[in-house]
Amino acid sequence: MLKLNQLSHREFIIDNVTVVDPGKSTSFAGHVVIKDGKIDGVERGRAQTASLPIYDGEGLHLAPGFVDIHVHLREPGYEYKETIATGTAAAVAGGFTAVACMPNTDPAIDNRSVVEFILKQARIAGLAKVYPIAAATLGRKGEVLSEYHELVDAGAVAVTDDGAPVGTAAMARRVMEYAAPLGIPFIEHCEDMGSSGDGVMHEGLYSTRLGLKGIPAHSEEVCLARDLIILGSVPGARYHAAHMSTRGSIEIIRRAKASGLPVTAETAPHYLCLTDRDLSTYNTNLKINPPIRAEEDRVAMIEALKDGTIDCIASDHAPHAAHEKQVEFAAAPNGSVGLETMFPVIMTHLVRPGHFTLPQAVALITHRPAQCLGIPGGTLAKGAAADLVLFDPEAQWVVRAEDLHSKSKNSAFLGHTVYGRVKHTLVDGVHVSAQAVGA
Amino acid sequence: MNQRKHLLGLEGMGAEEITRFLDTAESFKEVSERPVKKVPALRGVTIANLFFEASTRTRISFELAEKRLSADSVNFQSSGSSVSKGETLRDTAENIQAMKVDMIVIRHGASGAPHFLAGLLEASVVNAGDGSHEHPTQGLLDMFTLRERWGSFAGKKVVIVGDVAHSRVARSNIHGLVTMGADVVVCGPPTLIPNGVEALGVTVETNLRKAIEGADAVNVLRIQLERQKAGLFPSIDEYARVWGLNKGVLSRAQKDCIVMHPGPMNRGVEIAHDVADGERSVILDQVTNGVAVRMAVLYLLSGGATAEEEETAQSAVEAKVKEGKRVVA
Repeated sequence: MLKLNQLSHREFIIDNVTVVDPGKSTSFAGHVVIKDGKIDGVERGRAQTASLPIYDGEGLHLAPGFVDIHVHLREPGYEYKETIATGTAAAVAGGFTAVACMPNTDPAIDNRSVVEFILKQARIAGLAKVYPIAAATLGRKGEVLSEYHELVDAGAVAVTDDGAPVGTAAMARRVMEYAAPLGIPFIEHCEDMGSSGDGVMHEGLYSTRLGLKGIPAHSEEVCLARDLIILGSVPGARYHAAHMSTRGSIEIIRRAKASGLPVTAETAPHYLCLTDRDLSTYNTNLKINPPIRAEEDRVAMIEALKDGTIDCIASDHAPHAAHEKQVEFAAAPNGSVGLETMFPVIMTHLVRPGHFTLPQAVALITHRPAQCLGIPGGTLAKGAAADLVLFDPEAQWVVRAEDLHSKSKNSAFLGHTVYGRVKHTLVDGVHVSAQAVGA
Repeated sequence: MNQRKHLLGLEGMGAEEITRFLDTAESFKEVSERPVKKVPALRGVTIANLFFEASTRTRISFELAEKRLSADSVNFQSSGSSVSKGETLRDTAENIQAMKVDMIVIRHGASGAPHFLAGLLEASVVNAGDGSHEHPTQGLLDMFTLRERWGSFAGKKVVIVGDVAHSRVARSNIHGLVTMGADVVVCGPPTLIPNGVEALGVTVETNLRKAIEGADAVNVLRIQLERQKAGLFPSIDEYARVWGLNKGVLSRAQKDCIVMHPGPMNRGVEIAHDVADGERSVILDQVTNGVAVRMAVLYLLSGGATAEEEETAQSAVEAKVKEGKRVVA
């Protein structure tokens, strides 16, 4: 059999794999036939035919390429933190074949030229697929709507002012109304800025102990509730709640879904395995917005993923340069890189303890997030793009800064021992490697 | 007991170690009473006092402690944040370390700044107050002052009143006093009581008249006037009326209730003029004891390990014994 990292055919078979099909929630020993960048068939058992070149899947697990609908690629404007090349290198190293990037760039993604620039940079990098998310308002200032028709025409897949909420209820309503006929979701960064004040971590016992200003749970919940009240009165609008972190938010979404509102929601890996207690060393890599919450929130979030209240997991990959994070806690910027640790963190904290089967967990980072945004990907269906990931679910490793491909190393998981390692990533039937960009 | 390198806070410090600090301070208190107020305990040790926040009392107290231990000390004071100064805290600290400094005393407006330096530098780090987090030498000197009068903390009721949410003095007092067995009650406007503080082992009572019933000591916190501007309480006038310590309120405490304040005081706001200067006030004793406590902290952190230094500490104690000085007033 041929070696996958020397893949040179357009029509071939990947044999000797355990196929993980999140759509059907099954996994089985099988092989995959790929023709012209598309999946031609997924079959049980070993490949019998010799009519196509056969590549060795090395006994690894094969799944649809992961989809991350919440990443900050920082280009244009903050290329010292990350570029589209380094960010997509991190993506494919982490098994992601598609990422949706947030508009808090400089300039913001609020006009056609920035969307086109991002798509061009992604094409040049030739790694993961990039879906730009446009700014809901010009310059993300919350004052004037951006040109959604023009932006969608250029390739934007959703609108948001992420990094900050759409400030007023009046503007949130306008965003939902104007986006509705285009069929694109409004993604909200739910935060009541007045409630957050100058808080820097979750408000609770640990903020009290550490003497750090707290961000109360209701800061997120007040904004979410506001938006969902408005959503109910805007026909056709779609709403996606970004990086949900609190138990109260889960209850609000649960009620909204029960009443039939078109709402979807994501959470992030750090809300599933870290708590405010972990901040006791003032580690600025754990300074994230929304803040890492309390144990009760963490436990509730896992349950909410199980019952479908929260639809999917997104990394909120947020690169920051070392000199920006090596400061006093309150002065550090928010965010952790996450593309290269998301899958292992899910394996370690959701699959190994038995909260999810492997196919269920893979669903949370493949077709479920793709459906939230209405983008392609996350499926092994015949005719779908051959965006695939091969991983060893048992491989144990320690997260180290020097092993990350992202330009920034501000991971909340540095030093963590995790399980699950991505070995190969294919985009449109082409083997892509993070090393190619020398990140 | 393992040799401690840094003093970042009193949280997690055991009773045995707190007692060791207080006992050592007792031996050093006598040094300040001598005509020649100096021992050679830290001869050759270089200490940098980095004060990124304005401070008079704590900075002078540390400086005097260092001089009375014969350490070589330098002072750096910057009221602006590191960002506005154009140099990061990390660079400032690493530059000072490059000049071979053995200990760093740091006062900083950001909670966790001393922890940040401790993780970065070879030098011992002493927290002289970080943001709203801790002020461990203040906590120790408050306990020292109480122990001088009480002998032990068991069963004693201490009320901490004021802006507990933003107070590093409150946190260090809470951790230390709870560890030493005192009953601690925190009191103040509900908007200035931090979330979850009960889990630190204290009782919350927002009504000062109730809180102070039977108290053996009241530690009055300074109210920062900018908290009123931030909307956390309505007016100085109402604060003084409801949470200010005056003679009438104090009469509900034990007859010999001790009144403390970490300074600087807003007379007529959190503490009435006649209470601040009254017979129960130990506010100036706190200041006196601060020097002895800081001498003890610097001495113990520096290692106190060489035979010569051990001898010095021992001789300080022996000298006191010879003079037959009373330790407990």
